[in-house]
Amino acid sequence: MGAIQSYGLRLERKRWRYRAMRKSRELSPLVNRTAYIREGDLLVFCTLRNEAKRLPYFLEYYRGLGINHFLFVDNDSTDGSADFLAEQPDVSVWRTNASYKRSRFGMDWINWLLMKYGQDHWCLTVDPDEFLIYPFCDTRPLRALTDWLDASSIKSFGAMLLDMYPKGPIGTLPYRAGQDPLDIAMWFDSGNYTIERNHKYGNLWIQGGPRARVFFPDAPEHAPALNKVPLVKWDNRYAYISSTHSLLPRGLNLIYDEWGGEKSSGVLLHTKFLDTFVHKAEEELERGQHYAGSREYKVYAERGQASPDLWCTWSEKYINWRQLEILGLMSKGNWA
Amino acid sequence: MTLGVILLIHNALDRVEQVARHWASHGVPVVIHADARMSKSRYQMLIDGLSDLSNIRFSARHKCEWGTWGLVAASQSAAEVMLEEFPQVRHVYLASGSCLPLRPVEELVQYLAERPNTDFIESATLADVPWTIGGLDNERFTLRFPFSWKNNRRLFDLAVDIQRRLRMHREMPDGLIPHMGSQWWCLTRQTLTAILQDPRRGIYERFFKYVWIPDESYFQTLVRLYSRDIQSRSLTLSKFDFQGKPHIFYDDHLQLLRRSDCFVARKIWPYADRLYNAFLTPQPEALNRTEPNPGKIDRIFAKAVERRTQGRTGLYMQSRFPNPDWENGFTASEYSVFEGFTELFEDFESWLARLTSARVHGYLFGPDRVHYEGDVKVINGAMTDSAKLRDRNPRAFLTNLVWNTRGERQCFQVSPADHIQQVEWDIAKDPNAQISVITGAWAVPLFRSNLDFSEIRRTAAELQRRESRHLDVLRSPYAKARIHIWSLAEFVEAPMEPLQAIISEIGQTDKRRLTEAPKMVDLAGFAQFLQNLKNQGMHPYLTGDFPNTLEEREKPRKPRKPYLVK
Repeated sequence: MGAIQSYGLRLERKRWRYRAMRKSRELSPLVNRTAYIREGDLLVFCTLRNEAKRLPYFLEYYRGLGINHFLFVDNDSTDGSADFLAEQPDVSVWRTNASYKRSRFGMDWINWLLMKYGQDHWCLTVDPDEFLIYPFCDTRPLRALTDWLDASSIKSFGAMLLDMYPKGPIGTLPYRAGQDPLDIAMWFDSGNYTIERNHKYGNLWIQGGPRARVFFPDAPEHAPALNKVPLVKWDNRYAYISSTHSLLPRGLNLIYDEWGGEKSSGVLLHTKFLDTFVHKAEEELERGQHYAGSREYKVYAERGQASPDLWCTWSEKYINWRQLEILGLMSKGNWA
Repeated sequence: MTLGVILLIHNALDRVEQVARHWASHGVPVVIHADARMSKSRYQMLIDGLSDLSNIRFSARHKCEWGTWGLVAASQSAAEVMLEEFPQVRHVYLASGSCLPLRPVEELVQYLAERPNTDFIESATLADVPWTIGGLDNERFTLRFPFSWKNNRRLFDLAVDIQRRLRMHREMPDGLIPHMGSQWWCLTRQTLTAILQDPRRGIYERFFKYVWIPDESYFQTLVRLYSRDIQSRSLTLSKFDFQGKPHIFYDDHLQLLRRSDCFVARKIWPYADRLYNAFLTPQPEALNRTEPNPGKIDRIFAKAVERRTQGRTGLYMQSRFPNPDWENGFTASEYSVFEGFTELFEDFESWLARLTSARVHGYLFGPDRVHYEGDVKVINGAMTDSAKLRDRNPRAFLTNLVWNTRGERQCFQVSPADHIQQVEWDIAKDPNAQISVITGAWAVPLFRSNLDFSEIRRTAAELQRRESRHLDVLRSPYAKARIHIWSLAEFVEAPMEPLQAIISEIGQTDKRRLTEAPKMVDLAGFAQFLQNLKNQGMHPYLTGDFPNTLEEREKPRKPRKPYLVK
């Protein structure tokens, strides 16, 4: 890569950081317990809107992995999400009613929180419907992974988004607060993903899965991106570019091996397709606050099915991380 | 007690205290060397915490940075303290703060007592062992390394570069032969004192101070001067990954470590509570435990290294996306491509499926949709029959299909009309592919079709052009697939022999001879059809020479059927 190009990326990175600082004025702290964050703590960063139902299990899951502190941005929730979070001892909450779209889908806010509180911590940036699976996650806490990454001088860990869905129309089984969403959305597509390389930022662009299969068979190039780099040993100079799909400096996107080997990687189980989805799709379409003119939600609505069925005869039922590793969706790499 | 343990430590002090206490309370004297970079208060806490034990000493502190002399200096001072303060010690065991004894202390003591004059130290001549990582092997000894690799990488590299350019070279003192090995040793008092009290120790030290990673070579080299009985192996189980950093043990390794029968393992994750609890509390005596046997652990870690460096062939995923030509194999397993067979035979696909255990698809790259076996809409891995999804990334489509159906051979048909241009080079270069082509067979469906002749002529010209370009790919010197090409005329003349060859190559049939042939379409009038094309100025040269006289010869045996070779 030439010097000019690399300088261009440097400017772009700075631009994202200034933008994050500017957008930080839209955030007002509701509860700030960040004083309790200690050296080496594992942090979760998350933006949400009206996710009260999902939060109890979300917190339970990540506390179980060993997360020490959660930093939330609540974007104008009306269902009591913020109040619920404010009561939690290990949570800090910021509120905003500014535009989700104009903060680049929450990324500016998160970039600022990362800049301010993430320095030298392993930071996991996820949505409330994403659950991180990594090699040995059933026997080793997340700190085992981050310690190993530290020892290996690895600064970022990739985890592809894996869309989970129930069998039958999405709205059939109601999701109760506190329930494991995988009890309902336990199916996934195991082998229909396509990968391209983004030469500008060095990341892979992964598409496929049930959304490409059912919602975008005629326009596969518009299917949602599934590549993610959610876990990063944060440094003040870093910035996420677009969601957690890629970040700068570009070396952090090199979570794949280019010479035939496999690096360690995990999976983000994406439990978007619960009964709450149907209602949410309508609402989000109205607000028009989502990526690329909310194209994804438009397609859902256009499909005419109030409650689409994503299941097919070759859907795979989720068992554990070893299953995902055998299927080739994630890898232990050289962590043994 | 005839065993003494040296612990080199730098962090995880609660674990250090726990392990030191374990050794000491079993009567094994312990000398602790703490990294000089550790804060005074933490060091004092450790000393206080262990003050109730009379057989623990602390040695003078050195700065221990990886790859530098400090680690050797630390071992030297600690060993001196040990030899002086505990005169009954016969074997000195060098361990680190993250080492964990796996077998009861008594067993190790007894094991060593039975071998009173043996030094356990991995020590291999440099010439014979390709261990080193990072390209520095012999140069470890012949160059000087005044800069830290960890903190001053640039200066380190610069110094190496300058010395190489100036062809600087150091000689080993006294003609010592450089040896290397794991830095975790267990030496006898005799050997150790010989090394430490050697009148020439100063000379050796001056040399080794500028050697790269001297803790892997100082004792390993000098022990060859004095030892009477060297067992060139470490009693400490310690595995290294492909970058030369030690593998770490976690709670889920408990059973593996138990069954390894090794005395000491490194390195243990400090939060592995189950391991520390299991091995530092009294264990039931195991029967007949003798020699350490780390075979199974070796295999697991060797596999991890292989996965990291080679990966799974044919898999493309978020953390394995090889550059072109670094795939180590384009696809996961063997598959067969048939071009022109479905056109020539009425029941080729079902015949092939009956004869082999392979899965026989139709035109996977058909322009209208993907024709899977049985015309199903979805197949393994939830791949659909959508042509647009497939054409978005045909390479991924093929590699996914072969990966998803591992363990079952895939066969599919290709016609010149298919959307295969983006992937034809990959298939041709793929040694996993078996490609059988009957050129010009596209003329057969045209011959049997009910189209206007002008339309037929146009389509034939187009298909011939496409097939000809495709054949250029298959005939290129870069093609590594097993490729067989026959012209239609050749194949019709004697079809059984090539069919037999193809089937045997697939090798999934128990019949050694074909007993059943696919049914060839009726070709009566075909020669005339080709002649008509020629008369219209469109020469179907890819069909080969179909003799005009064929029909007259064939007439008595109508309809023509391939004969069997029994």
